[in-house]
Amino acid sequence: MLQNGTQVNNGVNVAALLDARQALTNAPEAARFKWRATTRWVNGTHSRSTVSSFFGLGAEQSRKVEFKYDADHPEVFASEDHGATPVEFVLVGLASCLTAGVAAVAQHRKIQLRKVTATVEAGMNLQGILGIDADVRNGFDGIKVTFDIDADASKEEIAALVAQSQKRSAVFDIVTNPTDVAVEVR
Amino acid sequence: MSAARRGARTGAVDVVVIGAGHSGLAMSAFLSQHGVDHVVLERGQVANSWRRERWDSLRLLTPNWLSRLPGHRYDGDDPHGFMSLSEVIAFIDDYARVVAAPVRTGVTVTSVTEEDDHYRVSTDSRDWRCRCLVLANGAFGKAHVPAIAAALPPSVRSLTPMEYRRPQDLEDGGVLVVGASATGVQLADELQRSGKQVTLAVGEHIRLPRSYRGRDIQGWLESLGILDQRIDEVDDVVRVRRVPSPQLVGSPATLDLNALTGRGVEIVGRVAGIRDGRALFSGSLRNHCAMADLKQQRLLASIDRWIEHHPYRVDLRDAGTIAPTWLPDQPRLAMDFGRERVRTVLWATGFRPDYSWLHLPALDAKGQLQHEGGIVSAPGVYALGLNFMRRRKSSFIHGAEDDVRDLGYELLAHLEAFDRCAATG
Repeated sequence: MLQNGTQVNNGVNVAALLDARQALTNAPEAARFKWRATTRWVNGTHSRSTVSSFFGLGAEQSRKVEFKYDADHPEVFASEDHGATPVEFVLVGLASCLTAGVAAVAQHRKIQLRKVTATVEAGMNLQGILGIDADVRNGFDGIKVTFDIDADASKEEIAALVAQSQKRSAVFDIVTNPTDVAVEVR
Repeated sequence: MSAARRGARTGAVDVVVIGAGHSGLAMSAFLSQHGVDHVVLERGQVANSWRRERWDSLRLLTPNWLSRLPGHRYDGDDPHGFMSLSEVIAFIDDYARVVAAPVRTGVTVTSVTEEDDHYRVSTDSRDWRCRCLVLANGAFGKAHVPAIAAALPPSVRSLTPMEYRRPQDLEDGGVLVVGASATGVQLADELQRSGKQVTLAVGEHIRLPRSYRGRDIQGWLESLGILDQRIDEVDDVVRVRRVPSPQLVGSPATLDLNALTGRGVEIVGRVAGIRDGRALFSGSLRNHCAMADLKQQRLLASIDRWIEHHPYRVDLRDAGTIAPTWLPDQPRLAMDFGRERVRTVLWATGFRPDYSWLHLPALDAKGQLQHEGGIVSAPGVYALGLNFMRRRKSSFIHGAEDDVRDLGYELLAHLEAFDRCAATG
């Protein structure tokens, strides 16, 4: 922890987060959010997704800019590699969620961060998606996230930060627990 | 029913205490000392849930020297032992006799309603009308079973710890124990020792050694003031009330996940779903174990700091080293009930108080009692024995003493104010 008199600033507005927690405790309907993305096929395995509006706090919310993401597959898949593969987007989602969590928890615990790097690696056996072996699943057979953290805190405090970040992470929950998925055609 | 006849069958009393467990009896003793007219209504016998709703091998998690009630303590020759079920029943029975509690046994409360400025307590025999009400019906009135239990295949028997008595009552085949708090680890241990293959689904849990440096952990928690911690001394009382019970058993041995793994229990993540005859386990097992290991380290470090500042007179053993929780390289993510012949699921997923009969504006949307340290939002109503209700020890047997004194005086003040209103009104 930091010495007295030093202001901890990880760029996280903890007061606002705590206010939001209080507000959403008293207004459970406002806590119901809807997240969205739209993906348009471009060509081959290349698609372009846009992320803009979402629903939350009881109203439609819009952003100043629309975010665009190209997804494709690498050349070893006989694709043109216009963007990260969809499974890599999942890794990005997991690591960025955990990293945001580390910053928020650190701010709340008054720990100054200097550098945080999360490296993610996930194993996958292509015999699954290629339908070679029915016993092999399509998805990852495991995910490993490695954090390198430089902060004004003990080794145990840093381990506790990372643990708490997993406990409160949406993507960690999405990845570790089943979710009902409905896919329809209009 | 005519008003006259109803009146004839209604008993009038200042205070009705619901439940003749240790809390209700301790409040009864307080009320008797202060000359308050009251009655204790008990659906069964004194210490009923210990008699009817617990498994045979259960022992208290606090050592005998700590298991005390106001003016009543263990006087046997094993102060460091842990009371068995029959010893707990005898201990509470003795207390009821010593304090001469006005207990009406075999009386089930069916409804509590407001009636002008009084409360009407309806039962399966006569009704009672009172000015104050003490809810001492216990924090463990019903076993919580998650909704996903409904998806279990019909070949699997679903059981709660309130129904479970002993391993022999279970069918042959494996057992999935869901939940690794005190109840879950104890039942997993007992079932594995009986020869069944046990799989233990582990979510958030509190790991604790039974003893540290040769002294019982509850002794340390008491010395450090942790058991006496009040709700105004913690930053988020809602969160601490949800903290699961530590992995303890009433015996000298530590019963953590490593002990269970050593006996052949298979550790898996929390049950995330049940689909197509299979249980799905969360991939969060590593983090749940890492958190429990870190919290245990922090607690033991705080004991070491306490020892530095309070030269402890008894020779202390070395701290020793406690291994981190052992995990399989690849924790299992699914279990097929049919193929693996798992015939029983034991839901050690917590207990909740039962207020289905409490028809007062004191319950929130989730049916939870609204109270501040046991002072219920309905005037003149007090709760006892709930988890971290006023202090961390509130749900412990020895926690009754301080809570009963605090809330007893609140209750006396309420009765006095009531009398003043009646006199001037």
